[in-house]
Amino acid sequence: MNAAPAVEAIDLVKHFDGTRAVDGVSFVVPEGSVLGLLGPNGAGKTTLVRMLTTLSVPTSGTGRVAGFDVVRQPTEVRRSLGLTGQAATVDEILTGRENLKLIGSLYGLPRKYVREATERLFARFDLLDAADRMAKTYSGGMRRRLDLAVSLLAAPPILFLDEPTTGLDPQSRSGLWAVLRELVSEGTTLVLTTQYLEEADQLADEIVVVDKGRVIAAGTPTQLKDQAGRASVVVTLTHAADLERAAELMSSCSQEVHVERGSRRLTAQAGGLGDMTRIAAVFETSGIELDDLGLARPSLDDVFLHLTGRRADAENASNPSTEGVAS
Amino acid sequence: MTAVQTTRAPAARPPIAPPSLVRASATIVWRNLLHIRRMPEMLLDVTVQSVMFVLLFAYVFGGAIAVRGADYKEFLLPGIMVQTMVFSSAIVAMGLTSDLQKGIVDRFKSLPIPRSAVLVGRSISSLIHSSIGVAVMAVTGLLIGWRIRNGVVDGVLAFLLLLLFGFAVIWLGIWVGSMMRTVEAVQGFMFTVMFPLTFVANTFAPPESMPAWLRTIAEWNPVSAITQACRELWGNGPPAAADAAWPLQNPVAVSIGWSLVLTAIFAPLAVTAFRRRSRD
Repeated sequence: MNAAPAVEAIDLVKHFDGTRAVDGVSFVVPEGSVLGLLGPNGAGKTTLVRMLTTLSVPTSGTGRVAGFDVVRQPTEVRRSLGLTGQAATVDEILTGRENLKLIGSLYGLPRKYVREATERLFARFDLLDAADRMAKTYSGGMRRRLDLAVSLLAAPPILFLDEPTTGLDPQSRSGLWAVLRELVSEGTTLVLTTQYLEEADQLADEIVVVDKGRVIAAGTPTQLKDQAGRASVVVTLTHAADLERAAELMSSCSQEVHVERGSRRLTAQAGGLGDMTRIAAVFETSGIELDDLGLARPSLDDVFLHLTGRRADAENASNPSTEGVAS
Repeated sequence: MTAVQTTRAPAARPPIAPPSLVRASATIVWRNLLHIRRMPEMLLDVTVQSVMFVLLFAYVFGGAIAVRGADYKEFLLPGIMVQTMVFSSAIVAMGLTSDLQKGIVDRFKSLPIPRSAVLVGRSISSLIHSSIGVAVMAVTGLLIGWRIRNGVVDGVLAFLLLLLFGFAVIWLGIWVGSMMRTVEAVQGFMFTVMFPLTFVANTFAPPESMPAWLRTIAEWNPVSAITQACRELWGNGPPAAADAAWPLQNPVAVSIGWSLVLTAIFAPLAVTAFRRRSRD
């Protein structure tokens, strides 16, 4: 196993004129893994990334990237990382190719390498057709891909991505996810911030939930979901008329049953598969017609609600599991 | 110890050779000049606008401005060139704020380059920008009758003084650019400062015709010293009036002095402001 972690935050603190943007955050990212920093706007995610990428000096605490101290060895840290900022920071007036030439030259990379790497990265990110167009003509998704190509030019072992898919349409988003998974499979360590619970769930090995500058939970996506509550059995009826009888039947198997009248759905707290089989058996004998029956695990959205008492993101507020009315 | 891992190692890294300050700055200058080539309209401020000033003053107001012992067009050209050079502080400020605002400075700072390269590169490209303006002014001047009458050495010396003064006011631009958040704010602020600075001087009219208090301000304005120096070195006008303030009696030495003093004041302010902006 590898000795030194790729990224380490030890009690990082950053104050801005009296406000504590980051208030004592610690985490460790093992080499080759993906850490998701999850939290709402203003939670301190960007400030954390800025400190770890040497853009901002911590008020106190220690950050290490590839074993180098972010304050005392900034040049070594900068050599080891790639950064894709929140707003795609490509030069709009330069063409795609010129953007890579610019960054290649600032890394002091051999010209031949930069030319070849540009072709390789543009082919991979589907930018070859647009390579000689000014970046201001690119779509949002293309800009992000160009930004990523720029970040990957020097083949950094550690990549920081600050809200990489914010503002992208779903298709561009899943395209970017595929690229990121590929990088991880090649051994790159990723630290990504996101407001999207789904994104953290999809990509991260470990999730650190930050709120108001502090870590409020950490663990694998599965651990966090377990923390938010047990699984539940969800039953969808064919006929709304059966709702009351079904609720009664389910109550005999579970202590807590939620009824959603509009969607003809009943949700019962359950310990696991055993409960689901019992409920299935009860309905089997009752003759009530079902559209669907299944086991649901809480989403990360539920996790956030559970931890903070509020939604992470207004856009994600339409989760059906909260519409239920206790019967 | 062999690592037991299923993941492949990251692709072999290319050789990274962090560039020197000179190389990094040169790259950033290349990038900034590429911007000018792609958007030649960026040069409007120091070309078309300045040419318009020359024509306006030479042919519209000029007749009404009496200059003792000189042709007004000859008198005007050095003033306009100094004004063009002073504008480089606005140019550097707007460029820097724009790069800060768009996150380009962050991108540069995440690379293994000397951080000062961002400022050095920006300053040099702004000086080139205003020098293009000065060159356009010189050509315009030659077309309407302006001449360098005192030989090559003095002629070149005046251009060097202009560059030195441009370098000094650039620090003011970096200071302002580091403190303001939007290009629009910078533009508003800089033009509010630039106009009195370049008009309350001997650039367009002799200070002798101003009220006494204003004349004192105008004669002590650094812009006046450098304008007077250029006029004398190019042979474009008489020496300052006998009762003019001391700076105008020794314009070349005072111009160099002003440039050094302005640099000594604004360079530390600029670097501190840029660093502070960069720490957060």
